[in-house]
Amino acid sequence: MSVIKEAVKRAVPAPENSDVQVAAALARRRRILVNVLRVVFFVAIVGGWELFSRIGLIDPFFWGQPTGIVKQIITWITQGTAQGPLWEQIAVTLEETILGFLIGVLLGVVFGVVLGRNRFLADVLGPYIKAANSIPRVVLGSIFVIGLGLGMQSKVALAVVLVFFIVFFNAFQGVREVDRNLLANARILGASSRQLSTEVIIPSALTWIIASLHTSFSFALVGAVVGEFLGSTQGIGLMIQTAQGTFNANGVFAAMVILATVALIMEALVTALENRLITWRPNTVNDVTI
Amino acid sequence: MKDSSTIVPAVPDQATAAIELRNVTKRFMTPAGQAYTALRDLSMSVAPGEFCAVVGPTGCGKSTTLGLISGLERPSVGEVQVMGKAVQGIDPRIGYVFQSDAIFPWKNVLRNVATGPLFRGRPKAEALEHAHDWIARVGLTGFEDRYPHQLSGGMRKRVALAQTFINEPQILLMDEPFSALDVQTRTLMEDELLNMWSSISASVVFVTHDLEEAISLADRVFVLTAGPATVKGIYTIDLPRPRNVAEIRFEPRFVQLYQEIWEDLRDEVLISYERNKRSS
Repeated sequence: MSVIKEAVKRAVPAPENSDVQVAAALARRRRILVNVLRVVFFVAIVGGWELFSRIGLIDPFFWGQPTGIVKQIITWITQGTAQGPLWEQIAVTLEETILGFLIGVLLGVVFGVVLGRNRFLADVLGPYIKAANSIPRVVLGSIFVIGLGLGMQSKVALAVVLVFFIVFFNAFQGVREVDRNLLANARILGASSRQLSTEVIIPSALTWIIASLHTSFSFALVGAVVGEFLGSTQGIGLMIQTAQGTFNANGVFAAMVILATVALIMEALVTALENRLITWRPNTVNDVTI
Repeated sequence: MKDSSTIVPAVPDQATAAIELRNVTKRFMTPAGQAYTALRDLSMSVAPGEFCAVVGPTGCGKSTTLGLISGLERPSVGEVQVMGKAVQGIDPRIGYVFQSDAIFPWKNVLRNVATGPLFRGRPKAEALEHAHDWIARVGLTGFEDRYPHQLSGGMRKRVALAQTFINEPQILLMDEPFSALDVQTRTLMEDELLNMWSSISASVVFVTHDLEEAISLADRVFVLTAGPATVKGIYTIDLPRPRNVAEIRFEPRFVQLYQEIWEDLRDEVLISYERNKRSS
């Protein structure tokens, strides 16, 4: 009997919990290691910078100094900037960025869908669009400052131009790539031309359009900041320019830190929007993003 | 055309035909700028409520006939009539089940099935309720919220069938709808199709390259020649209904019909095969 019992015991696999626990422990250990190394990396770069500038290997007057950057940010927060309170500068730049982004995306999608659906129009306008796209569009900023003045419009216009082309090309391609079977099926099911656009072509092109939103948001920010460089009375771009004019390297870096923070927060918002808009897609690419 | 007792005239009754193609030729322009003839002088006629299968070698132009009947394509020469009227654009009485997945990946099952009624301007609540009925009829209750990528191939096909049947088409065009499914699923789907068809009594044109499938489903089988396609023979399938698709294949009459039609089809398959070999 005991022999049989032994055999049965062996035949029944041991609870697999131990395996699972080991795997979970390994995953946890890896996660901790990654976080620790991230901190180490940060400390090494920033600490090294601080150290080298203190012992004189790097001249903090030209290249800044982390403690100086922190001090500058604290000064801006507590005493405001040369152009007014810090939050006002951030708000101005953000407003220009978001406005430029929204208008650029809207125009890009509309033109992309219209030209994507109308082969004839696309053939006629194709060379001009390519030519316009080949111009380094940042130089248009000068025109906008001359034409639209130092206010918000010139920055928004520059951001719109930068965003438009990215979104336009993606929307255009997205419309061209719509599965012909889906179009045929929709037509058989009774879709009108407008329904074909709103119910089939745009949802299908949305994958392409949304992929362009990440890039185009950073371009909107570039447009706003460069526009402020070129001539403005407010904004983070102006803060950078002022700092540059007074040889305040820490000021330039501090403005960069603020910009990066803003950009990362907005990036997270765009990702959230993306996840909301395309719930139907299998989650295969989510792991690739850093 | 072959002289055989099973052959009936191509145009059985002019007045009552649900679908009629008269001496239709269809040419396409290839990307290289050459004309390619898919159909040549093809005539066929389908009676109301009749289930017709169209068989022929791969790539012979079977699907093109469906494109012409549906109004998605226009004939180069000849005339296509549906319910006695020349086809002009897409007729709302027609349903079309495509070979590959054509359900919308961004809509869940419920929305996919409700697409037709919504496109046709039915109130939303009514369309969704109707969609629930059809989802139940194809056995997908409980999956209303799923998206197509979360379903198996067979389930996606059921969604496609419900999406088509909900519009109560009087003419049902099917382009190798089950060719991507595994054999067991396929037999089940064929049975379900026959059940659904008997409840709506539409005229069906079912394109397939599978002769067994054609005989087990259809009232009549059209054999097309290797491209450019024209009708080579028409066979009446006198097997009784209702049929059990899984078992009908063992009946002596089925085997006899199969042999008879295969005689006709074999030469065309060989021609098509030789041609493909040479061109590749």
